Amino acid sequence: MIPPAPAADRRRFLLRVLRLGGASAATIALGGYLAGRSRRPEEAAALDVTRDHRVADDPTLPEMVVAQGESPAAITRRAIEEIGGMGRFVQKGKTVVLKPNIAWDRLPEQAATTNPDVLAELVRLSLAAGAGSVIVTDVSCNAAEACFDRSGIAAAAKAAGAEVVYPEPRLFRDVNLKGQVLGVWPVLEPFLEADTLINVPIAKHHSLTGVTLGMKNWYGLIGGDRSRLHQRIHESIADLAAFARPTLTVLDAYRILARSGPTGGSVDDVEVKKIVIASTNPVAVDAYAARAWWNLAPPRLRFLRLAEQQGLGRGDFEALRTSVVSA
Amino acid sequence: MQGTTLRRLRLASQIVFLVLFLVLLLRTEFPGSIRSATVDVRIPYPVGLFLESDPLVAIATALSTGALYRNLLWAAPLLLLAILVGRAFCGWVCPLGTLNHFLGSLKSEKKRGVTLIESNRYKKWQATKYYILAAVLVMALAGSVTGLLLDPLSFLVRSLTVSVLPAVNYALRSGVAFTDAVPFEPARLVGNGLSFVLNATVLTFKQPHFNQAFFIGALFGFVLFLNMRVTRFWCRAICPLGALLGVCSMWSLVQLRKHDEQCNDCRLCLLHCQGGDDPIPGATWRKAECHLCMNCLGDCQEGGLSFHWTTSPQRTTRETPQLQRRAVITGLVSGAGLLPLIRSGPGLKTAADPLLIRPPGSLDESHFLERCIRCADCMKVCPNNALHPALFEGGVEGLWSPVLVPRIGYCEPNCVLCSQVCPTGAIWEITVAEKTGTPSPAGEALLALPDDGRAAPGEPIRIGTAFYDRGRCLPWAMGVECIVCEEWCPTSPKAIYLVSADVTDAQGQVKAVRQPYVDPRRCTGCGACEFACPIKGRPAVYVTSAGETRSRANQFLLQENQPQQRS
Repeated sequence: MIPPAPAADRRRFLLRVLRLGGASAATIALGGYLAGRSRRPEEAAALDVTRDHRVADDPTLPEMVVAQGESPAAITRRAIEEIGGMGRFVQKGKTVVLKPNIAWDRLPEQAATTNPDVLAELVRLSLAAGAGSVIVTDVSCNAAEACFDRSGIAAAAKAAGAEVVYPEPRLFRDVNLKGQVLGVWPVLEPFLEADTLINVPIAKHHSLTGVTLGMKNWYGLIGGDRSRLHQRIHESIADLAAFARPTLTVLDAYRILARSGPTGGSVDDVEVKKIVIASTNPVAVDAYAARAWWNLAPPRLRFLRLAEQQGLGRGDFEALRTSVVSA
Repeated sequence: MQGTTLRRLRLASQIVFLVLFLVLLLRTEFPGSIRSATVDVRIPYPVGLFLESDPLVAIATALSTGALYRNLLWAAPLLLLAILVGRAFCGWVCPLGTLNHFLGSLKSEKKRGVTLIESNRYKKWQATKYYILAAVLVMALAGSVTGLLLDPLSFLVRSLTVSVLPAVNYALRSGVAFTDAVPFEPARLVGNGLSFVLNATVLTFKQPHFNQAFFIGALFGFVLFLNMRVTRFWCRAICPLGALLGVCSMWSLVQLRKHDEQCNDCRLCLLHCQGGDDPIPGATWRKAECHLCMNCLGDCQEGGLSFHWTTSPQRTTRETPQLQRRAVITGLVSGAGLLPLIRSGPGLKTAADPLLIRPPGSLDESHFLERCIRCADCMKVCPNNALHPALFEGGVEGLWSPVLVPRIGYCEPNCVLCSQVCPTGAIWEITVAEKTGTPSPAGEALLALPDDGRAAPGEPIRIGTAFYDRGRCLPWAMGVECIVCEEWCPTSPKAIYLVSADVTDAQGQVKAVRQPYVDPRRCTGCGACEFACPIKGRPAVYVTSAGETRSRANQFLLQENQPQQRS
């Protein structure tokens, strides 16, 4: 005969049933919740932004200024002054992003990267015009730290008061560029936060496009595996330029890399022109420089025509209001 | 001085040297903020201090090369220290010893006290390290320092460089990325602040990834774990540097005196003994095993032990390591026999692995193997993460020696950091001017390189040559424009040249594309083309060691003779 269960045992039994029941219910609830969450993983949605940093055209001012002289800083200053002064492009307290070419681990004398004096002068002018902050950045090809350092740009920009942003992996955001060939690519964050965006390329030779000037410099907007872009390089250049829509292009042609571009390496490849070109028309700058120093004109430069078609500017620089100055 | 004071001093010394070691290792990287056309980038700290002060490195490479490279004379103080005070280096300085020490101290004395005391008595197997030392030195004499894989500093630098630091970097970056993604502003601010501090101190700019990382890290973890079973097992049984210092300690002037009359046989002196050298009265003190950690002195409550400066031998001391003649002979014979056995394979000259791409400045393979201690300092300093521990690219003998893997990172022409940090000259110190074959802007004289591994004046140092796989190359195989390789090629004029060719695409249309070729006389084998090639996986352009400057055998072009220029 089974003895009757004492009250204490009954209580313990009931408690155990309750605990088991609670645990089972919780397990089932959690399982159900997790099962309901099951989805095939999808890429995070890319940002859908359209950038436009241009300022209104002023018919009293030149659209392109070619400045020549001994000092890179002086001709930069003169060119900006002639095109209306930095105050025309910079709003007080706003963010100015300068995009030099810092792609390669080269010295300024090797003319594979933008002249640091030209860049530093633009930093000073932006700050003098009341910019809240001036950011200097680029997505390098070679090791970024080495490029920023050896090009002299990091030191010059910092000394002039700019913030130098290195292309850290965490600073990229996937953006739909909505181009002809370029869809979702990782864009370096500062470019998405610019109020004024100034392109500061250097004039160089390039085997595939003949030249790499202003619009090709926008390769440095994006990270990821850019080497695929070369398969449709003209379309890629136009797509990136259409996305960037810069306020101003200041082409450094103090030294140009006439051969063996875009990396160069030998001072024998460098020609000294002592020129800086500033323009609100990114297509005209490229067309002018390509003709001036490489004697190249469309149709060899298909990216120019594509850019024109996208309404980025005019390639017929002869028809522009142009001013040639010296300092 | 009191035992407890000495013990505290030892702990302080261990911490100071461990921190110094870690700081120097973390600073073994591209230093930045140096820009000049005339002076090569240099690391402004003596980052090689520990490896270059390592007597085993100095003695082994002296045996293999008959000379002491650059700073290896720095090893003299440590050798003298061992002769004066025995293995104080092991107990007070060695960073791997310190890590072993700390790990060994984690064991619970409450649970395992008695076992611990017994396990800290001298064991015969502690003599193994001397046999390893014998094998390492004989192998060095025969021309290979592969045995220095087991040097504790080489072991530690390699493990930290290849596995631990990249793993830490990964974990910290993930943490920062996590705070970045939190939709809560204060958390992001904390993340930004943290990221700033970490970037300035420990994080590398790019996350490094190394071949062999898991295995090298697992071995390191295993060595640390062994301390859970036997305190400082590595130091007691394996470490050839410890063995070398142990041998030196036979002349040491520091003696342990045991005062039997004061001993109550509590055995506390054994509880924290690091070396397993039997400090306990009644047993023989093994001088060659003692790390002078001073724990026995600090633990003895009865004043039964004391250390003295003396030249007079003690009755209770064994001055020399206790070795078995047969085992020593076994060590010597196996060391002498191992190298011929390894080299009986298709090794050095006949069938070099095409992927055995050595860093620039590396000596000819036979000289390289006389010097490379596998410390991985070159891998640590390489700003492009281009150098990796070899598996069998250099044969069994080349295990964990550096090879360049261009798919992961290429060799930057402006950089000679690996040649600056190499402690033994396996990668001989070179200048950028020598590397690129340009006349030095500063007009400095070329360093005296051994005859092999030296470029003729005006010639760059080649580490290999690039070749095209036309079946994978876009313009060759698919009629698609590309030329990224040519764009990246850093030589001037470029070693990759383009020839426009008419190709027929899949629609039957003829179009012109530029097809790349290599000029082997300009190519330095830097691997930038292979790195940048957009073809994933196996690239369409790849570097092999063929044509490398350092080897007279590994050549494929008939070069014009240049008499007298090699002087």
